[in-house]
Amino acid sequence: MNSNAWIISIGASLAAATPIVLAALGAILHERAGVLNLGVEGMMLIGAVAAFLAADAWGNVWLALLCGILAGGSLAIIHSLLAVTFRANQIVAGLALTIFGTGVAKYLGEPVNGVAISTSINEIKMPFVGNLPAVGRVLFQQDVLTYATWAAVILVSLYINRTRLGLALRAVGESPATADAQGISVARVRHVHVLLGGLFAGAGGAYQALARAPGWNQEATTNGIGWIALSLVVFATWRPGRALFGAFIFGFAIRSQFTFQAQGITIIPSLVLDILPYALTIIVLIVMSFGTARQRLGAPAALGMPFVRDER
Amino acid sequence: MNHQNEVRPGESPGAPVLRATGITKRFPGVLAVDNVDFELRAGEVHTLLGENGAGKSTLASVLCGAYQPEAGAVYRNGEAVILNSPHDGLTHGIAMVHQHFRLVERFTVSENIVLGDPSIGQFLNRNEVDAAVAAVGEQFGLPIDPTAYIYDLAVGQRQRVEIVKALYRNADVLLLDEPTAVLTPTETEALFVTVRAMTKAGKSVVFISHKLGEVAEISDRVTVMRAGRVTASVEKTQLDRHELAHLMVGRSTETDAQRYASNPPGEPALVASEVSLVTGGRTVLKNIDLAVNAGEVVGVVGVSGNGQRELADVLAGLAETTRGSVTIAGVPLSHVGAKRARKLGLAFIPEERVGTGLAPSLSITENLLLTRSRPTFISLRTTRQEARELIDEFEVKAPGPNAACRVLSGGNAQKVLVARELKGDGTPPAVVIAAAPTRGLDIGAIEQVRGLLHDARERGAGVLLISEDLDEVLSMADRIVVLYDGGITLEQSRPYEDRSAIGRAMAGIA
Repeated sequence: MNSNAWIISIGASLAAATPIVLAALGAILHERAGVLNLGVEGMMLIGAVAAFLAADAWGNVWLALLCGILAGGSLAIIHSLLAVTFRANQIVAGLALTIFGTGVAKYLGEPVNGVAISTSINEIKMPFVGNLPAVGRVLFQQDVLTYATWAAVILVSLYINRTRLGLALRAVGESPATADAQGISVARVRHVHVLLGGLFAGAGGAYQALARAPGWNQEATTNGIGWIALSLVVFATWRPGRALFGAFIFGFAIRSQFTFQAQGITIIPSLVLDILPYALTIIVLIVMSFGTARQRLGAPAALGMPFVRDER
Repeated sequence: MNHQNEVRPGESPGAPVLRATGITKRFPGVLAVDNVDFELRAGEVHTLLGENGAGKSTLASVLCGAYQPEAGAVYRNGEAVILNSPHDGLTHGIAMVHQHFRLVERFTVSENIVLGDPSIGQFLNRNEVDAAVAAVGEQFGLPIDPTAYIYDLAVGQRQRVEIVKALYRNADVLLLDEPTAVLTPTETEALFVTVRAMTKAGKSVVFISHKLGEVAEISDRVTVMRAGRVTASVEKTQLDRHELAHLMVGRSTETDAQRYASNPPGEPALVASEVSLVTGGRTVLKNIDLAVNAGEVVGVVGVSGNGQRELADVLAGLAETTRGSVTIAGVPLSHVGAKRARKLGLAFIPEERVGTGLAPSLSITENLLLTRSRPTFISLRTTRQEARELIDEFEVKAPGPNAACRVLSGGNAQKVLVARELKGDGTPPAVVIAAAPTRGLDIGAIEQVRGLLHDARERGAGVLLISEDLDEVLSMADRIVVLYDGGITLEQSRPYEDRSAIGRAMAGIA
């Protein structure tokens, strides 16, 4: 057994979790407002391709990240228009966005398939704590965006639970009629949080293109991570802290192939390891589709339901 | 118009804090509130009394900003105000406690109460907020645990949270919509203590109810509504329960053409013996003995919520009795359900027309087919022809036989339902159960529906007419029973000489 290899693998699993956490945080925000957005995968792909193209053109990784974030956000605006303003069926609108986003990303990515970029978001070793044995390597030799993501988990959690706006957000997702009666604009809260969700998803997509394997790969970039993030939200019962924890598990599942290979463990066929994150996703989504389970898990009571002020 | 303003000027010291003039509110097909004036003085309990559907809740919803009236004006402390939302009402110090609470179940008590309150600052300091909420509760004798979650609270406690929410937001006009409907007698007593504490503190309360006993106990003034209009406004000193009962149910039957059986009744068609029903631990039907004979109409009257819906469901075979039995033409209904009941010749016009009575997204033709005996292959063409004839005969306002029932107005949907049930495919029904068959219909449609019920009786059906419209029942039924609190408290045969006895029985005054 090579303990050093284990440590490196676990560190890599945490980094693999970052885009999932980002997308899941975004999804938690708009689902807490009662809007279901199945377009997360599409927003991530759009964010990834925008970030890659920007990095390829200008060579500035932060500008590229910004482009990815904005691209995700702009797709979210479409969803917000459809789902909130026009009260369209949120499942259909979200799926359409994923199909649209995937198509656009594949189209723009076709000419640059397999191209790597010279610049990337690099890992930073934190002073002092980065030198701690094992823990230092796992936790404090990550890239900036991963640190930022962990900070975001704390901030989003505080926002939801400890602020007046967070209270309004939760009320809108649980009982929009009640929120409306208290003078809270249900539509505004929903628009804002769907947009925030898109920005987060775009960031997650950009991370895929800029940090772990800088470059564009038609098949591998994002690779269904949006769906994983959506099921993670359920697994985490709409709580940011739990989403971070759950993302580590998914991150480990994603990296398991490499981890076990590095350890020379061959008992589990690599194909099984390959499908592990998706199998997990399917299981969670099946559980989610049962109404009673959703209720018990603590899904926002008005999730997926357009709000119309009661005039009989 | 039937305006009867019995308020003598200068009798009560309070100045009007809320006044409404000429309020009219319409819903599709229904004139819910018709040119109503209302006034609330400082520190008084002003009760809106009336049967279900009289327009009380609609008027209150207009006063709090939940509904916008088609006509009329609302004045707050003498100044005209326009209330476009409940939030507007709240900013003018007007809050309504609805029958269905506006609470977020997964929030704590204090989270619910401070929701939307801009004065708490950007960050939620739970200790501070909890203390503030508890203090407001204490002030009015409404002890609540601010950290409790709503889903853990009993109904009475939830109502208390709603009231504290209004008080916390400094509302001084409180509209309580049938607050006692969900309370136990002890909780009701506690509520009255609260209401008195609030009026003592200078707040004004609009109390909505149809229970005469409690109205007499709590009110300073009573405004009686009937069919969207105010029929009387009475000061406490002039409160007379019997008079109020009259005003609630109306006095005249002259407006309704009387239709009674022309032949003596035949064999028992529908018999309920010692039927009791317990749902969710609550006894909703108590020992009901009722027989409807062939060729007669038996009316069931009562204020809604006294077991009418449950009675209809049990008799139609949609709900299993807890005790007792129901038979149609001598055949017991137990364990056989609705399909068997239909085979025995039952026609059922449920209270909920679209949904229970008609499938909303199916066409008129398809809805007619639902109750027909269907071979494997159905002939849409012949049924569509029937649907066309039905549309012509009853002047159903529909684009055609293929129109989905959900697009029909209430009255037109009801015509389709009643025609399907009573005309059927030619074989006359043996038993008809009709719940609120004419509610919300215009006069022409009412006449047609009553005509169909009358025809069914003349052709030998036993008809059970369940209605809150006393005039309707008295104009058609050969016998009536009064349903109160799940039991039959009075039985009368025509001619109905003691109308006030009926009103008292409906109001639960023994």
